[in-house]
Order: sequence, then structure tokens, then C-alpha cells
Amino acid sequence: MSENLVIVNTGCANISSVRYAIERLGYAVEVSEDVNAIKNASKVFLPGVGTASAAMSEIRRKELEATIQSLSQPVLGICLGMQLMTSSSEEGDASCLGLIEAQVKRMKVGDLRLPHMGWNKIKAQKDNLLFDGLDGEYFYFVHSYSVGLGDYTLASCDYAAPFSASIGQNNFYGVQFHPERSSHAGARLLQNFIENA
Amino acid sequence: MLAKRIIPCLDVRDGKVVKGVQFRNHEIVGDIVPLAEQYAKAGADELVFYDITASSDQRVVDKSWVNRIAQVIDIPFCVAGGIKSVADAGKILEMGADKISINSPALANPELITELHDRFGQQCVVIGIDSFYNAEDKEYQVYQFTGDEKRTQKTRWQTADWVKEVQERGAGEIVLNCMNQDGVRKGYDIEQLSAIREICQVPLIASGGAGAMEHFAEVYQKADVDGALAASVFHKAVIDIQELKTFLRNENIEIRS
Repeated sequence: MSENLVIVNTGCANISSVRYAIERLGYAVEVSEDVNAIKNASKVFLPGVGTASAAMSEIRRKELEATIQSLSQPVLGICLGMQLMTSSSEEGDASCLGLIEAQVKRMKVGDLRLPHMGWNKIKAQKDNLLFDGLDGEYFYFVHSYSVGLGDYTLASCDYAAPFSASIGQNNFYGVQFHPERSSHAGARLLQNFIENA
Repeated sequence: MLAKRIIPCLDVRDGKVVKGVQFRNHEIVGDIVPLAEQYAKAGADELVFYDITASSDQRVVDKSWVNRIAQVIDIPFCVAGGIKSVADAGKILEMGADKISINSPALANPELITELHDRFGQQCVVIGIDSFYNAEDKEYQVYQFTGDEKRTQKTRWQTADWVKEVQERGAGEIVLNCMNQDGVRKGYDIEQLSAIREICQVPLIASGGAGAMEHFAEVYQKADVDGALAASVFHKAVIDIQELKTFLRNENIEIRS
């Protein structure tokens, strides 16, 4: 079956980068805020950068909240997009989409710097389709808020303390890092999602 | 553990990569997209494109190359030069840059940092600082308009004070260009970078002075910077990025494989 890939137009700055990364894999992808286009997609991407409260306002303004919540096909949240999938975020005290039972909190890093910016190594859960072939790889992170470890953790990372590099529940998957900017490892992750999820 | 970053910087003029001595006699090195691709494939962790067209004259500059880079590059990249407003920054980010770096316009109007932070988020606001050690006054001083020799001037800021100010206003990363070392290739300014590291809670990138692989090891180990930027040693193939990475890994420095 040919894939019908859609990126939800959250109005965030990294949308074109995500689109180009998918196109580099040889897939066509549509950027859309149209309810029907999103519902009819075979796979959906939810990108985001910026603050959780601002992004949730934008999603609500575009009346996309219920649409995203109703999706039953695989959905991949990227960076802030992953954080929006949780129940709530401390950043701007935002209530989020509630797709994965997790909370986003400000990272406590002691003497280390925030944002957590740069390439860091991940540990993948065994037999996870999203991280097939990617255990121990470096991915590119930029964030100051994170999700702790839990049943929903698909991969972990360490920066002063362990946190979720990726979370998942049912058909919803999220990655804290930027696969679109994570070289060959990021490309493989996107391919795993498109072909295996 | 978070890896230390190696960041080649490419000077761009009219959509071409150029190199010059002391900002003069620029010679075209090549087309920007293949060069960017080449660096990404060689293992660079990030790229900085410094648009020197924009910084020295007033006309509207064609930035469509940013979009062409975003299409082919799969590592983060930052665009510096000629970004004077929230609207300028928005265009660059929409075209696919991950970060924008501002220097002189932030000194002219510090409120711009706050505005960029509020509009696009801390993660994409990089502040470039040109710092000169004045041996007479025994002070590190911030300079502006360093892209144009005739306009280069000292500001009222001491470097440490400006570093604190930009962080309070929402900078997500600071690139400290140590002017005394720039172009000399005798090593990064470890003393200054260490002092600034003490007061810098956001990622700090060293710039100015790289001439040998040992200089990278030294700046990561002694000044604990998050990344090191260099131009000529990479463009002139004095240092090969893969060899540098192997060298640094052997020095027990965390480096992306």
C-alpha cells in the first residue's frame, strides 16, 4: 500500500525541515491543517518547536485538538510535538493533548547547561520497531523540558538524570530529539516509523 | 553523555562560499550546497553560515540559499549575518534554518533578543559576541561591526556584563569570538573562555584561534565549552574532521561517532 503521509501544520518553525527529511527518504508528504486530510492520512507527523502553551493555543485556534485526539493511525510527535502528546506541561502551565499519560517538567541539571543542546546517545527498549537498529546511536536534542522515565518510555537518554528520549502509547509515538536533524540515525528512525509502525 | 560539537563555519557572499584574509580579497571557494553536504558527510556536528553580504551593505539580500541547504542537510545549521529584526529571523527560520545568530543588531537594540526569544523560543536564538582583550585597560571589551574594518568599534560593554545581559534576555547559546586569536591559528583563548564559562549557563561555543587538533582537545578539556567553531583549518584541509574526531575520542572526549 502506498503511504499517505501528512504533517500537521502546527505553525511551528521546523515544519519544512521535517518535510525535507521525509522527502529525502523518497516519500511524498503533505503539510496540512485540513481535518479531512489529517484523518485520511496513513501516518501523521506532529512537529513543533517553541513553547507548549503557544503551540496548544495554535492547535486550538485551528480547531485541530479533537481531530488529533481521534486519530487511530500511527502518529509521530517530534520534539515539542512529543511533549504536546502528554497530559500536561510545566512550560507555561499548559494542558496538552492527553494521548500519552505522562507529564512534561523543567529539567533539573545541576551545574550543566540548559537548553540540553547537541548530540546525545540513546538507549532503546528491546524489540522496539521505532528504534530498530538504533540502540546506542547519537541524536540531536534541543530542549529544556522533558518527560521522566515510565511505562511509556521507548528510549532513554541521560543529561544529569535519565529522561525519556522517546515515549509511546497505543498508536501515538513521540521523540524528544530532532530526527530531521540527526543525520543517518534520524533518517533511519523516520524510515522505521513510516515502514514499520 | 552530551557530545562536544565540532562546528565548521562557512562565509557566504551572494550565495557562494568565499574565503578572504581579514575580510578582504574574497575568493570564491565554491557553491554552497555541495560544500555544506560535504561537511555534513564528513561528520560535522553542526554548520554555521555567516552571510557577509548582508552585514556590510543595506540592500535586500537574497537568502534563498538557506532553503536549498535545508533541503539537503541532515544536521543542524545556524545562519548569521544581516538579521536585524523579528521579521528577518522569521524568514530564515521558515526557510529551514534551526537557529539564527545575531551580533551587532543585538548590541544596537538588546530588546531584539527578548523579542526573538518570545516569538521563536530560546532554542533558536544564538548571540555572537566579538570580544577583544585590551592589554592597556586589562579588560575584555565587546566590539561591533567587526565585519567591516572601517566601521569596527568598541561598545560600552565589558564582555562578562554583556554575556550576563544576553542570557537574562533569553539567549539560547553564545558564540564567543576571541578577536585577539582570530586568524592566528595559535589556539583558542582558554583563559577568557574559562572565565566566561563560569558565568554562562547556556551552551557556549568557542571561536577564534583553531590551528591544530590539540587546540580542540584543549578548549573542550580546559574551558569546558560545548562546541568549537573553526573555518580556515577545515576549508584549507589543515584538519580532517574524521581524523579530528578520532583524535578527540582517544583523548577521552565525548564525540559523536
